[in-house]
Amino acid sequence: MSRIESVGLVKIEGPLIIMEKTRPVHFDEVIKIFDDRRNEQTGKVLAVDEKHVIAQVFGYTSGLSIKNTNVEFLDTPMKIAVSRDLLGRVFNGLGEPYDGLPQIFSDDYRNINGSSINPYSREYPKDFIQTGISAIDGLTTLIRGQKLPIFSGNGLPHNILAAQIVRQAKLRYSDDKFTIVFAAMGVKHDVAQYFIENFEKSGVLSNVVMYLSLADSPSVERLITPRAALTAAEYLAFDLDMHVLVILTDMTNYCEALREVATSRGEIPSRKGYPGYLYSDLASIYERAGKIKGKNGSITQIPVLSMPNDDITNPIPDLTGYITEGQIVLDRELNQKNIYPPIAGLPSLSRLMKDGIGEGMTREDHREISSQLFSCYSKVKELRALVAIIGEEELTETDKKYLEFGLEFERKFLTQSPNEDRSIEITLDIGWQLLNILPEEELYKINRKFIDKYLKKST
Amino acid sequence: MINSVKGKIISINGPIIKATGMDEAGMLDVVNVGKNELVGEIIKLDQGIATIQVYEDNSMMETGEEVVSFKRPLSVLLGPGLLEGIYDGLQRPLKDIANMTGCFIQPGVKTYPLDLKKKWHFIPILNKNDKVSQGIKIGYVEETELIRHFIMIPPEVKAAKIKSIVKEGDYTINDTIVVLDNDQEIKMCHYHPVRRSRPYLKKLTLKEPLITGLRIIDMFYPLAKGGTAAIPGGFGTGKTMTQHSLAKWSDADVIVYIGCGERGNEMTDVLNEFPKLIDPKTNQPLMKRTIMIANTSNMPVAAREVSIYTGITLAEYYRDMGYAVAVMADSTSRWAEALRELSGRLEEMPAEEGFPAYLPSRLAEFYERAGLINTFNNEEGSISIIGAVSPPGGDFSEPVTQHTKRFIRCFWALDKNLANARHYPAISWLDSYSEYLNEVMDEWYKIDSDYENIRTEALTILKTEEKLNQIVKLIGPESLPDNQRLILLTAEMLKKGYLQQNSFDEIDMYAVPEKQIYLLKIIIEFYNLSNKAIKKGTPLVKIKELKIIDEINRLKSTISNKEIVKFEEFLNNLRSSFENLLNIYT
Repeated sequence: MSRIESVGLVKIEGPLIIMEKTRPVHFDEVIKIFDDRRNEQTGKVLAVDEKHVIAQVFGYTSGLSIKNTNVEFLDTPMKIAVSRDLLGRVFNGLGEPYDGLPQIFSDDYRNINGSSINPYSREYPKDFIQTGISAIDGLTTLIRGQKLPIFSGNGLPHNILAAQIVRQAKLRYSDDKFTIVFAAMGVKHDVAQYFIENFEKSGVLSNVVMYLSLADSPSVERLITPRAALTAAEYLAFDLDMHVLVILTDMTNYCEALREVATSRGEIPSRKGYPGYLYSDLASIYERAGKIKGKNGSITQIPVLSMPNDDITNPIPDLTGYITEGQIVLDRELNQKNIYPPIAGLPSLSRLMKDGIGEGMTREDHREISSQLFSCYSKVKELRALVAIIGEEELTETDKKYLEFGLEFERKFLTQSPNEDRSIEITLDIGWQLLNILPEEELYKINRKFIDKYLKKST
Repeated sequence: MINSVKGKIISINGPIIKATGMDEAGMLDVVNVGKNELVGEIIKLDQGIATIQVYEDNSMMETGEEVVSFKRPLSVLLGPGLLEGIYDGLQRPLKDIANMTGCFIQPGVKTYPLDLKKKWHFIPILNKNDKVSQGIKIGYVEETELIRHFIMIPPEVKAAKIKSIVKEGDYTINDTIVVLDNDQEIKMCHYHPVRRSRPYLKKLTLKEPLITGLRIIDMFYPLAKGGTAAIPGGFGTGKTMTQHSLAKWSDADVIVYIGCGERGNEMTDVLNEFPKLIDPKTNQPLMKRTIMIANTSNMPVAAREVSIYTGITLAEYYRDMGYAVAVMADSTSRWAEALRELSGRLEEMPAEEGFPAYLPSRLAEFYERAGLINTFNNEEGSISIIGAVSPPGGDFSEPVTQHTKRFIRCFWALDKNLANARHYPAISWLDSYSEYLNEVMDEWYKIDSDYENIRTEALTILKTEEKLNQIVKLIGPESLPDNQRLILLTAEMLKKGYLQQNSFDEIDMYAVPEKQIYLLKIIIEFYNLSNKAIKKGTPLVKIKELKIIDEINRLKSTISNKEIVKFEEFLNNLRSSFENLLNIYT
């Protein structure tokens, strides 16, 4: 089909442009916008009615004029080229080369919106990924094909943690290496640089695909970035059988871009000004993780998001938590105590760990010990609140033991250096050492046979 | 009569499109939209312009493409072969879609809900010249080892006499099996509109409990067969795990599990697990009584709205055969959000938090399709609905939770703090309630006449503990007198040894009513005996030293459902260990 340009606009508002409909238009099709100096920008059709076309510009609308702006309709949805050459490349937020190298040469173009995986074709993820971090491996185990976000806040070490996961993540019973797809949305240059250096140090740079929409890029561009990244990830995982680890940081910036467009369109907001479809929109990103029957590859997603004002009930972490298979929550109080990684034990959760741990996968006692650690630590939290009022003297002997357990748990189990890589056995053995502090009858969640086998040994 | 109406697309706004030339199309007609023939439904008509919601991904749809209405409402196909199936929100088998388009779902796939070629062994019940009318059973096929599928006269067929009926033999669902004397042909399958409930003779008062095997539900907050319940809870509190548990162990005949706007992997989990799980009563895989509707969060939002209706219509079909059906809807909040999203695109005036003003009436319509009824065959059938609610931020004051509470009579509130402490099921014993207690009481009395006493006593202990904890927070546990600290101790035992249930433990995952009664009896007996001992001067410290406390806490996973007699032995042990204690201290 020939490319037709339409001349002139009706209205420009924020990132949106509205023009007259002069020919049939596809919903969702890509457009090119040219200003009076023929500078090119990309956009997308958002809606069509009887007379007008509403489109959004993935750039700046500053300088566009009503009269001298030309729009070209491309008859195609947003697509990126995929091939093995993606590896080692850096792209901008729209999927265009950012490293000075030419376009990917390929005739295989993929729609960045992807399609939903048929639930019938999914394979249930079960393979344990050892991250070498006790708080994750022991309590919120990461599984290959899982989507497990890091809920963080400003000033918390989520980047260090994400980088450590990338460096140390491995499967226990196979040599498969992870390919990494890294999408940065609205993060600062030095953060992106930190990750790049990390990839370099661990020698995986040639196995990384990067999509960078940094803090100084137009915010609307961020709506494309995670989708382009996941399209590349899907190609690498399901066409080339690779195991892909996708880091998306920071999803909060993505959601804010979405809110910006929604507000410009005058949509009815639901909570905190975010559009009512934020849940479905986030799902269309997160649900692109997983494994597929009959394919060797997998996509594991680690989205990072900063909770505005450390509030976990904010719509972004809240809706994310409803979609993802658990969450790793970073805690400011632990961080202030200088505990790294400051992973808050109680609100963190991995929904897929139930089928990925235990005999043959990690160790037979894993499930019960993690459940016991959780409930003991929860008791510690209760007691600490109590101690704040009545003082430690009033507590029973058992309760005092609990407080000791709490301190040791934070000091020995949670704390480790950003370079320390612990095996799952070491993690679980530390767990037993800690439980040894408590009287045996408190360990009601653990089967007697494990107590006999492991608890005695660790004394 | 016109069979189809054709129009042209003039506007597209996400899944909501408008088409002209639709003067003769009907409201709520199902339409094929565009050159990919996507499924849609007319939701508004205005001077020849139809507003249509499209149930599939309509990216790259072009204005000017054709819209065709077939002058019939959105319907499901009812007939043998539904069980063990996994469907999307429009009753398309996901297995067939996978065979046709691979592992990613492509829009515009055309599949048939039931297997057309499969031959079913039909056995007639009625004879020539028998009088029949809507809902009357004419014969049956054995659909699975668990469920006998009765073929019934479809609703709205006029009363008539049977002119001919086929002999026992193998037929496909499209073969005519009965001809009526008004020459109407009856097949083994028929269509029914999803938004219209199926007719029945009359509604009855509920009387039987739906036994779920979960102690906190059955014993404290029971659901009746034909009742409605809601499970609200923030993320990570275990809504889906509880729903899965209910789908596995509740004593309904047929389970319809609607995964509405939730995770893809959760549906996969059910698909993997259910064929392996064996029903304790029939020794058959649980999948043989289950139908799944999966419309995951990344599938088109409009189909999410319809999936709830698809599920409940299938449930009504089995109810009409005289079965007890349980519908799990996970989650109704996603369905409400789909309503909100579509309403926003229609530019309707929003009510609370952007939800449309008709949200409460839609919720009411849905929950009212539950109930215990008399079928046209004068048998009893029931639908129980258990809806999960996902309140934003875990805040129960939001519109969906609040409106749902108006239409359900059983409320199982999930508590974040319990979930954080890995106390599962994290159903709060303080915030939950059930209005079905009186209805189901008689059935429990048949098992044990003590039912009400021990239940009330246990709840009193738990509620007193809550109050005592307030005091403990101020002055510490050591300052309380022994009898109050005994309440704290017993409440702890109730939580560890009774309310918590380990869904991974083979013995503990499911408890028969007898076991539920005995376990609670033992704890209450312990409390009463200790109370007596304390009055006679035994210090609580000595009671706490008893080995039997730890044994009681572990009892749930040491004595299985089949060893009920052992509980009586245990009760005797308990009594004698207190006698020994009393001998020392009095």
